[in-house]
Amino acid sequence: MGVGIQVDKLNAWFGKTQALYDINMTVAANHATAVIGPSGCGKSTFVRCLNRMHETIPEARATGAVRIGEVSVYNGTSAVQIRRRIGMVFQKPNPFPTMSIYDNVAAGLKLNGFRDRRRLDEIVERSLTYAALWHEVKDTLKKKSGASLSGGQQQRLCIARALAVEPEVLLMDEPCSALDPISTGKIEELIFQLKERFTIVIVTHNMQQASRVAEFTGFFLLGKLIEFDKTEKIFTTPSDKRTEDYITGRFG
Amino acid sequence: MRSRFHQELDDLRARLLRMGGLAEQAVDRACQAYIERDLKRCHMVLEGETQINLVEREIDEMAFDLLAMQQPMAVDLRFILAVTKINSDLERVGDQAVNIAERVMDMVELPKADLPLDIPRMAAAVSAMVRRSLESFIEGKAELAQAVLEMDNVVDRMKDDAFITLVKTMNENPAVTRQALDALLIARNLERVADHATNIAEDVIFWVRGADVRHNLGQEDAPAAQAATERH
Repeated sequence: MGVGIQVDKLNAWFGKTQALYDINMTVAANHATAVIGPSGCGKSTFVRCLNRMHETIPEARATGAVRIGEVSVYNGTSAVQIRRRIGMVFQKPNPFPTMSIYDNVAAGLKLNGFRDRRRLDEIVERSLTYAALWHEVKDTLKKKSGASLSGGQQQRLCIARALAVEPEVLLMDEPCSALDPISTGKIEELIFQLKERFTIVIVTHNMQQASRVAEFTGFFLLGKLIEFDKTEKIFTTPSDKRTEDYITGRFG
Repeated sequence: MRSRFHQELDDLRARLLRMGGLAEQAVDRACQAYIERDLKRCHMVLEGETQINLVEREIDEMAFDLLAMQQPMAVDLRFILAVTKINSDLERVGDQAVNIAERVMDMVELPKADLPLDIPRMAAAVSAMVRRSLESFIEGKAELAQAVLEMDNVVDRMKDDAFITLVKTMNENPAVTRQALDALLIARNLERVADHATNIAEDVIFWVRGADVRHNLGQEDAPAAQAATERH
């Protein structure tokens, strides 16, 4: 089951440049929350701070508190442990090109020393089923490489790979921006179903996508969370003029 | 910036104003025809209905295309929804003007009767409501629209008074029953026009503030009320 995320006074910097300012947000468990905003507004930085992926960038640092369920992200827990609880899917599908479909999904578990073959088979099948890819690849699991799949299938493979380690939260950073409308539709349908088991935070430039998949939406601008509310409210009657100007295309 | 989209919204606005002008003109002509027992004006109203129907369809097509092609959000979405509803109300205003013109044509065939009813006063009040509802749309001002809502009660009372007075007239002087009935129907038509003006005002408030004030269910605390500065 997914867990909620509590963000309090989150600030982030890249060197001397501040990227996030005092972000407070409560992400509901087992719901999809969309993060929108113009390029450079800090939305990707924000989700990366949720599982400390920002630490992979030199000179990046963050202050404040993030809690994933009962676990404090910035207080004593290792980044590896955090990332096991929070899976991440990126803009461009990035399957391991030399690995089979099966090994791509099993990679995280194997890295953690998981060796039970029968159990591994079960988890791979379950993860691919969750990612709505099982029926398309079940006959070529160990024969085909991940890179041989179509773009949409590769992205679902990456989702399956993230789900295999049984995270509680799934972060998706523009997961459909490189996909055609049919693949995008499949991923969106998948997000809808995954909410039953995981908490999802999705960064998207596509506002229609945010309105289709997310129950809650946050609008970022210049590193600040301008407005956070139910999605239907954000897209029909936003409270802040800056939100309205952005979603109606008057700037950005 | 979605400049082409916003240009298309401006075109839609301009088209609705054209529709508003036609509907307003139809009501004014019909009322003037009543006052002057003028058949020529009645025919102008009947002929004008074709144009109103044509523009109604054009506006619906423009709005439909914008919804399908541009996926508007927030104030733009509310604007387009408001336009389609106002468009429908204006077409109905045109229908009411036709009804009035047809009653006048019937009355002109009959001997002139001195009815205890001030249709010109009622017509002036109704015309003012239509005009102000359209002004509130042009200006994007919810305050103007709110004022229209408050005028509706006055017209309702006029229609109720007309009903009582004319029924009494019909009882006391059966010779003018047909004329009284025509006048009663005209009062009813005018009251309907006022209802459409009220609907238009409610749609303007929805567009500007994001608040649904229909059926006296006001939501003054609607979030968009804070976001919405007056539209231009």
